Amino acid sequence: MDKPIRVLVAKPGLDGHDRGAKVIARALRDAGMEVVYTGLRQTPEQIVQTAIQEDVDVVALSILSGAHNHLLPKIVNRLKEEGVYDEVLVLAGGVIPDDDIPGLKEAGIEAVFTPGTPTGVTINFIKENLKK
Amino acid sequence: MKDLKGKLIKKSMKATARMITMLENQDPSAIEILADLYSLTGNAKVIGITGPPGAGKSTLTDKLVKGLRKKDKKVGIIAVDPTSPFSGGSILGDRIRMSDLATDPGVFIRSMGTRGHLGGLSKATQGAVKALDLYGMDYIIIETVGVGQSEVDIVKTADTVVMVMVPGLGDDIQAIKAGIMEIGDIFAINKADRDGAAKTHREIANMLDFVEKDWKPPIEQVVALQNQGIDNLLNHILDHLNYLDTTNQLIDRRINSSRIEIMELMKERLMEDFIKEEDIQEDLEVCAREVAQRENNPYRASEELLKKVITKEAKNYENH
Repeated sequence: MDKPIRVLVAKPGLDGHDRGAKVIARALRDAGMEVVYTGLRQTPEQIVQTAIQEDVDVVALSILSGAHNHLLPKIVNRLKEEGVYDEVLVLAGGVIPDDDIPGLKEAGIEAVFTPGTPTGVTINFIKENLKK
Repeated sequence: MKDLKGKLIKKSMKATARMITMLENQDPSAIEILADLYSLTGNAKVIGITGPPGAGKSTLTDKLVKGLRKKDKKVGIIAVDPTSPFSGGSILGDRIRMSDLATDPGVFIRSMGTRGHLGGLSKATQGAVKALDLYGMDYIIIETVGVGQSEVDIVKTADTVVMVMVPGLGDDIQAIKAGIMEIGDIFAINKADRDGAAKTHREIANMLDFVEKDWKPPIEQVVALQNQGIDNLLNHILDHLNYLDTTNQLIDRRINSSRIEIMELMKERLMEDFIKEEDIQEDLEVCAREVAQRENNPYRASEELLKKVITKEAKNYENH
């Protein structure tokens, strides 16, 4: 068996809706990836430590609470401080207004997938944009 | 990663994580490093947590680790979940129950997929134990996949095995069947606030009546979610580890698992280097057809193929 892509699917912040995260986790599993799923209400620090210990290739953040502009750049910055951002592809998904997307990309989120995105699009993006 | 070996000696978290990944991917350079550093391992005590799916292994692990942290011990966790035999993917969800531990600097959690390995662990689990041992963990807890009746690999890897049961899974015949029920050094009945806990306790106790070893596995009723009975369970675990130490059985167990590990590595090498499926593919195809159509049988076919491989390899060897 060759090297499977390892993905951390995490839900930062306080919203309690993880259906989207579970759908994407399952789709990535079916695409042959190893998905570390951490569940709800993760702090940026928990997500960053998990990403390091699990040595993941991708961090996929699902957020529906509206706190994306606050939480997502924080996670990217912590990954940078820990010196792992260069090796990890950081993605976001969930309810994120189009107007906020350029700012998030500027902050280091490589792609934002909003509701309705076919899972195949996300899978292909991951396969084509891995950093290591 | 540059100077992985040096960073491992310096107990770098990132290097340890990368090392485990490389071991999982069967990277020869990682094996090389592990061979060099092997003499530095063997310090951590290894605790196996096994039991059927949904028994509460992750929740119990979370609580046991918190107990060990109170004693100021550093703990590594290896949590194994199944890999899909169809897609090769997996959902590694054991961390859900261990959220509080994610930021504890004295805890290192690693999730692993079985990647096609049967027996309740992955092939790289033993290597990961050594990596966490190097990282300076006092205890390493291995949580197996949810097991059925015969996934007993954990005995080869752990010093102490905790078998987690729940009430209501079957009658007393289940308790005397061969397999996983034979490997527990300690039995935990989780979700003991549910109906049937006393009955399950009795059935396990009856089964253990026939155990004639010095160490009689204790049975502890716990409710992991409510943190009930965890202190007692942890004491049983530490007692057992202490018992192994004082009776010299720890070294016996480790000699036994080293013996198995060496044999397994030899078999693996033989299969990988000697009997390459791509080399024998044509012959294999012919044989398979013959066997399916009853023109040959698998017993003789395997003999013939093996003879062919050995003769070929012997010639290669002479030409070297």
